[in-house]
Amino acid sequence: MSVLDQNAIDINPRISEAEVGDYLSLLKPRVMSLVIFTALVGMAMAPGHFHWVLAITSLLCIAVGAGASGALNMALEGDIDSKMSRTANRPIPRGRITRPEAMAFGMTLAFFSVMTLGILVNWIAGALLAFTIFFYVVIYTMGLKRWTAQNIVIGGAAGALPPVVAWASVTGTVDVEPLLLFAIIFFWTPPHFWALALFRSDDYARAGIPMLPNVAGPDATRLQILLYTIVLIAVAAAPWALGYFDAIYGIVSLILGAGMLVLAINVYVRRERSQSLRATRKLFAFSILYLFALFATLLAEVVFPVLARMVGGA
Amino acid sequence: MITAMADKPEPDGIVLTEAQKKSRRQRSIAIALALGVLVILFFAVTMVKGPAVLVRPM
Repeated sequence: MSVLDQNAIDINPRISEAEVGDYLSLLKPRVMSLVIFTALVGMAMAPGHFHWVLAITSLLCIAVGAGASGALNMALEGDIDSKMSRTANRPIPRGRITRPEAMAFGMTLAFFSVMTLGILVNWIAGALLAFTIFFYVVIYTMGLKRWTAQNIVIGGAAGALPPVVAWASVTGTVDVEPLLLFAIIFFWTPPHFWALALFRSDDYARAGIPMLPNVAGPDATRLQILLYTIVLIAVAAAPWALGYFDAIYGIVSLILGAGMLVLAINVYVRRERSQSLRATRKLFAFSILYLFALFATLLAEVVFPVLARMVGGA
Repeated sequence: MITAMADKPEPDGIVLTEAQKKSRRQRSIAIALALGVLVILFFAVTMVKGPAVLVRPM
C-alpha cells in the first residue's frame, strides 16, 4: 500500500452536524435586536422621505452586519469562550461549529451586508457599516479586549454606530442628531458592561481578559460606573437641552436617569459580597430597560406627530 | 494476497450519517432562502428606484 493510499484511509474528515439554529446563535440575536431597534430610531429621526422598501433593506443590512460582527467575534474568541460560564454554551465551545467555519460565515455575511447596503442604498451608509464591523472585529475583539481595561469604553463605539449608519442610509450624510444617539449608547456602555464584569469577574479572570474589576479592583470599578452614569444622564438629556426634542423626552430621560443613578449609587455603596452581587445585577438589568425606554421615547416623539397628522388629514 | 484483497469490500467513500444528512439539508435550504431574499431585495429596490437605481450619493 502506498503512502498516498495509507493517508487516504487515515484522513477522517470532520463532517459538520451544525444546524441552522447553531449558525443563528453565532449572530448574537439579543445584541442584534438592540442594534435593529437603535438603528430604527436613527432612521425614523432622519429628515426626508425614505421608501419603506429601502428602510427594510437598510435595517436588514445593518442587522446582518451586526450578526457578522458577532460571528467573527465568536470565531476569534473560541479559546476564551470555552473558559467562561456565560459563553461556554456558544456553538464553537460546544463543538457544533469550528472556528474556520464561523470565520467564513462571518466574512460572507459582512461582505454581503456592506455591498448590498452600498449598492442598493448609498455608499456612505455602506462605508459606515464596514467601519462598524472593522472596529468591532479588529479594533475591539483582536486588539482592545485582551489588551486594556478600557476595552469596552473604546470598543463601545462599535455598538453605538448603528443609529448613525441608519441615519446615513436616509440622508447620505452624518449630522448632530445621530451623533447624539451615538453618544448616548457610547456612555451607556461602560456602566452596563462593568456591572456585568463585576458579577462575572471570576469568569473574566479565568479567561484572562483584563476587565476593569480584575485590573483596577471592584471599588475603582464602582466609582467609574457612578461617574459614567452621571455623564450618561447629561448626555441623554442633550437632545432635549439642544432643542431637538421637547420637554416630554427631557422629563422621561431625567426620570430614567434618576433610576440609573440610584442603582449606580447602590452599587457604589453596597460592597458586602451578596449585597454587591444583587446591586450589580439590578443595575445591569435596569440598564437594558433604560436604553430601550429612552430610545422608545425618542421613537414615539418622532412617530406620534406623523400619525397625528395622518389621522387629522384623513 | 489476491484472495485477501478480493474479500475486502470496496470502500464506499464517506457515508453521511442521518444526522449529518439532515443538518446538511437544513443548511442548504437556509442558503437557498437567503439567496431568494437577496434576489427579491434587489428586484424590489430596482422597482422602487426605477432607472435611478444606479444614481446614489458618492
